[in-house]
Amino acid sequence: MSTAISNWSGFLLLLLDGAWVTLQLTVAGCCIALVGAFILGLCRLSRWAALRWFATAYIEFFRGSSIFVQLFWAYFVLPLAGFPLEPMATGILVLGLNVSAFGAEVVRGAILAVPKEQFETAVALNLTPYQRMRHVILPQAIVFMLPTFGNNAIELLKATAVVSLISLSDLTFQAQVIRLQTGNTAVPFIGALLIYFVISVIISRGVRHLETRLSDGLDVTKH
Amino acid sequence: MVWDWAFVWSILPELATGVVVTIQATVVGTILAAIVGLLIAMAQRSRNRLISRPVQFFASFVRGTPLLVQLYFLFFVLPDIGILLSPLAAGVIGIGLHYSTYMSEVYRAGIDNISKGQWEAARACNLSERQTWIHVIVPQAIPPMIPALGNYVVMMLKETPYLSAITVYELMNAARGVANSYYRYFEPITLVGLFFLIITVPAVIILRRLEKQHSRFG
Repeated sequence: MSTAISNWSGFLLLLLDGAWVTLQLTVAGCCIALVGAFILGLCRLSRWAALRWFATAYIEFFRGSSIFVQLFWAYFVLPLAGFPLEPMATGILVLGLNVSAFGAEVVRGAILAVPKEQFETAVALNLTPYQRMRHVILPQAIVFMLPTFGNNAIELLKATAVVSLISLSDLTFQAQVIRLQTGNTAVPFIGALLIYFVISVIISRGVRHLETRLSDGLDVTKH
Repeated sequence: MVWDWAFVWSILPELATGVVVTIQATVVGTILAAIVGLLIAMAQRSRNRLISRPVQFFASFVRGTPLLVQLYFLFFVLPDIGILLSPLAAGVIGIGLHYSTYMSEVYRAGIDNISKGQWEAARACNLSERQTWIHVIVPQAIPPMIPALGNYVVMMLKETPYLSAITVYELMNAARGVANSYYRYFEPITLVGLFFLIITVPAVIILRRLEKQHSRFG
């Protein structure tokens, strides 16, 4: 390892190793967050009060107590209660559960932003509630959701850095390793910042691209 | 794993010292973020591209990268170039700068909402650029921004635990300290989470109410 670190390409390889872990956390976390956001967002709009209360409590809990605290809780307290989880699984789960609370409000807001006539027309056409959601409301609502989802994904990417504190070797962790082994501070941290920035630019470009594709053929006035 | 009240009482004084630092960091960070955020928003509006472009890039760079790494940067890299900061100072500057880039977006939206007539009237009254900002634009733009700015203050409070990574003895660090010395994680970490919930839930309810009021009158 020390020979690998003795040159610049060694630095870069270590950082890229970390970036790979960060990417896995981000993608897997986003998948959980996306599914969770739709489930919770639809629960918030449910006819059944119990579902609405559950979703509201979940959202306030995960948004109100810091993700930092949630991750430490999952890592240090859950194993004592008999739920030993791998650090990677803990990280993905906490990131996903946390960001789904933020995403749920986006889903709810976007569904409410679809003009009321759309609901009424779907009812008049005798569509079932499922068909109404699947074919009329959601295709329009998703376009409203995308920009904020993009921001949420970037927030998730940034939050992945916390996992370096529970011994996962992500990008931030590798930057610390390089600092500790070489004493050089500027290169690892500026390198890590640049890699994070590139990933977040890719996310925001990707989301914008998706937005233009999905709004094709929809009569939506852009916000 | 049973909740032990006696243990909770015994660690509360230690956690309270952490709470003080957490609140200090949030308050000073907020002031910094509010001021720097306004400067960023004004610089982004500048007609001089040599000012607006770099500031724009700086803001999106800071928004697109993790606070934790930014804190490490301030804490480890700056001393190498001769700038020595205490952990708390580095932490407050880091969190303040991070959120200034978010607050600048709130300011930008607020300033864009001021109607053109106000600018024209200020010019007609022969006010200087400075006078226009201080006496006409800022006083009108700020009240509708308060809910959004408040939300970011709440977010900042929740992110103060990041400061523990650069050895600031705030609430999370105090909790980890007692957890490690007694080898009991359940109570200390749960208490930190509860502390944040007790502050953020009412704050969010109040901010939501304020927001509704503004949208009704705005």
